[in-house]
Order: sequence, then structure tokens, then C-alpha cells
Amino acid sequence: MAEPLDDYIDAVSKALALPVEEAWRPAVRANLEVSLRLSRLVDEFALPDETEPAPIFTV
Amino acid sequence: MTTKPEMTAAEIASAVAARKMSAFDATEAALARIKQHDGILNSFTDVTADRARAKARAIDAEIAAGKEIGPLAGVPFAVKNLFDVAGLPTRAGSKINRDRAPAKRDATLIERMEAAGAVLVGALNMGEYAYDFTGENVHDGPSRNPHDTTRMTGGSSGGSGSAVGGALVPIALGSDTNGSIRVPSSFCGIFGLKPTYGRLSRARSFPFVASLDHLGPFARSVTDLALAYDVMQGPDAEDSACTTRGLEPTLPLLANPVSGLRIAIAGGYFQNNVFPEAVEAVGRVAKALGATQVVDMPEAARARAAAYVITTTEGASLHLDRLRKRPNDFDPAVRDRLIAGAMVPASMVDRAQKFRRWYRAQLAEIFKSVDVLLAPATPCTAPKLGQVNFNLDGVELPVRANIGIHTQPISFIGLPVVAVPVPLEPLPIGVQIIAAPWREDIALRVAYALEKLGVASAPTPRGL
Repeated sequence: MAEPLDDYIDAVSKALALPVEEAWRPAVRANLEVSLRLSRLVDEFALPDETEPAPIFTV
Repeated sequence: MTTKPEMTAAEIASAVAARKMSAFDATEAALARIKQHDGILNSFTDVTADRARAKARAIDAEIAAGKEIGPLAGVPFAVKNLFDVAGLPTRAGSKINRDRAPAKRDATLIERMEAAGAVLVGALNMGEYAYDFTGENVHDGPSRNPHDTTRMTGGSSGGSGSAVGGALVPIALGSDTNGSIRVPSSFCGIFGLKPTYGRLSRARSFPFVASLDHLGPFARSVTDLALAYDVMQGPDAEDSACTTRGLEPTLPLLANPVSGLRIAIAGGYFQNNVFPEAVEAVGRVAKALGATQVVDMPEAARARAAAYVITTTEGASLHLDRLRKRPNDFDPAVRDRLIAGAMVPASMVDRAQKFRRWYRAQLAEIFKSVDVLLAPATPCTAPKLGQVNFNLDGVELPVRANIGIHTQPISFIGLPVVAVPVPLEPLPIGVQIIAAPWREDIALRVAYALEKLGVASAPTPRGL
């Protein structure tokens, strides 16, 4: 049975010309699930529209 | 004067300057120790013996001619193999990079160390492309912990931790994107400095995550850490993130009292998900410093999540073409993480970078009323090599992903940190001394005080 992320992995793999062999798929899917779960944690945090990205400490 | 394995860089430089020891003998002693122990530790991937002997002879000739010598004259050191070393391909822990042409010029930090008289003796093992917290490497084998060679060094600067922890060299250089200096320092029982983002040049080192990459030194004493840090400072047009701030020497300030500093313990997130040894180590450090105030860094878990997202996506972007052309030449674990990173929507990365701005502002507020924050460097002492999970508060968690949970929220906004080793039995563990941006002097001062109090020290390697 296909996992929920499999269609997405197939589509992005094709769009980026990035090979994903079947043997790698479970690990890629597991890693993507972690990345998306952590992305959601960041996404849920409301920020003002004016927020600028990434600081670099310069004088 | 004969050498002994645990001579500090300061002791070697002093003996060489006083002509009690030649730079050549100091170098030969390091080369002999590497030969004796590195078969077990596996910390070196390249030993540059000919180059080192030539450099040492040149220093001895300068001394004989009465010329002025640098503060690290005759001190052997080694670098993580993502630093360019002239004549070697910069492998960055990978198989793929071995096909690169040999580097034509040393990394800026090697040039600065050698300008101060230090002697490069080799390049060190590391996790593939620095995407690692274990010190394990499928191509070169794992670097091994000098206190128990069945255990991890931590990574990704695993060889740096092993070489200094095993007293093969007094100083090593490494990189830290999410904890790769502080984690091996903790597991191998040594001092490590991750400076402020942009403080030390990264020119001619192989990158991982441009917006998070830092370089810094490891040593067995705080004085050695400051010596190395001071000679490596300075602007560099070849690293676009490198600061134009003037030199801010820390060595002259090390012995200044810490009694006036406002030192607090990081609470909340940093007191969760830790083994008893991490609690014990932070407790000893806090007690020695008289620190009782607990300060929460707001949204630290989210900061760690954002660092994770930026790391996996920027790392994927860096390696995208290699993932297309040579996927089978990667460590499979690294490859599968990077492929997944390439699939994270760009909007999530932008959110993470914006959150970074917000989080930095929160920490800037905290540093208005606090000079130093104390936090664990790792949740545990060194796990067994190959260990996949550990049990934390009754929950089975993956080791690899959780070793850096306490370092990631700090490097995320580039704060300077000294990891100090607390010599617990049977294994050491590190504590992070975290300061405000550009205040490496304060973090080093506190580390020095802890060393003088006997609370922090690099234990004699017992696994050799």
C-alpha cells in the first residue's frame, strides 16, 4: 500500500531530476516526515509580516 | 628536555622559545604518538609528516638565527579534513570529494596558525560532509573515543575530538554547524570553542550550511584554546560572512575575575531530555560559579526545529548535483537525509530563517541582564559505536538525531560557546558556556575559572 507521502516524493523527484530508488524510499520518506514535522512546528509560530530572514552578526 | 604526551601548546611553545626543546623534537613526538595510537583511534586520514618536519626545521632555523617567532612556535596541530591542505584533495569525509584536484593553497586558518609558528601534522577523520553527530564514517571507519575505544567520539569533527582527547596533538581545528565542535568536545573530554558566527574565516574550507557554518579550535586547556583563537582572528575578504571587526585578543583577559559576571542556568528545554550525568555536570559548574538563577530561552524547541530545516535544505542544495550523478557514492544515511531535504517546500525554509530573526531578538533581551548561560553540551556521555537508540525518560529515541538537541538552538543564532569538559566517572561530559555575540572573552574567562577551580579538565586518555 502506498504511503501518504509517496506521490509527493515521486512528483518532486521527477521535477528535480533527483533519483530515488525503491530501496531508498522508506528512509527518504522517514526523513521527510521528520523534516515536515519540524517545519510545521516553525510554521505554526505566528510572525509579523515585516520580519526579515536570517541574522548575521555584523557590526 | 624530553616531551611528554600531555604537554599543552603553551608549554611546548614556551620550551621551544626558551630553546629547551626544538620544534623538530616536538613535531617528532607528535608523529610518534600518532603512529603509536592512531591505529586504534582512527582520528587521522592524512599524516603530513614531510611537510611537518620541513616546517619544524624552518622554525628551529629561525630561532637559531635569532629571529622573532610566533606564540605557537613548534606546536603540532591537525585539522578536520574539510579544511583545504595544499597538496591534498579536500575530502570532507566523503568518497566523492577524493576525486577533486589537490588543494593549491591552505585554508586561511591553517595559514594563520602556521604564521604563528604552529606545525600542521595532518588532516582528521569526520562524518560525511559534516552531516553527522556520531563521528562514524562509512568510508574511513569511525574515529574512536580515547577514553573507551568502543564508544563514539561524537561528530562531525570526530577525528578532532579523538586526536586532542587522545593527546596526539594539543590543538585541532574543526567546524560546527549545529554542534560539531561542542559534541566531540563533550564526548572526548576536551575544551572546544565555537566562536560567534562570522568571527573566524571559513575561506578554503568545504562548506555544509553556509548560514550556520562556523570554524573553531579544540584543546586540552583554556589557555591553548585562547592562544589558537587569538592568532586566527581577523577579517578575510575571501569569506563573505567574516566580520570586519578588529582583533579582540582574549588571552590577556583570561585570568580576570568572574565574580562580577551575571551567570545563569538555561532552564526549560535545556533541563529536559537529559541523562543524570548531564544534570550532574551542569550542577557542578553552576555550583562552582555560584549560579542559581534559572533563565528560560523561549521557544528553544522551535529554534532547534528551524535549525534542522535550514540545515537539511541548504545541505541538500549544496549537494544536489552530486545526489543526481553519484548517489551510490554517498553514505546511504547521509544521502537519504539530503534527498528528503531537497523536497522540503521553500516556504518552510523562509519561515525558519524569519523565525531565526525573532529568536535572536529574544536572546538579545536575555543578554541585557545576563552575561553567561550554562547548558548541557550533550544529553549523555559517549554512546557505544553503532548504537541506534537510547532510552530517555522511558522513551526510546534515535541517538543520531538527538545528540545535538542542546547545541542546535545556540549555533542557530551564532552565539559564542566554550564547551568545557567535566571529568565525571567513568566518562567525561561537556557543559556549554554561552555568551552574547562577540563576547568570546567572557566565555573563555569563565572556562578558565572553572579549569583553575578543578571543575573542568581534560582527563588523561584511558582507552589507549
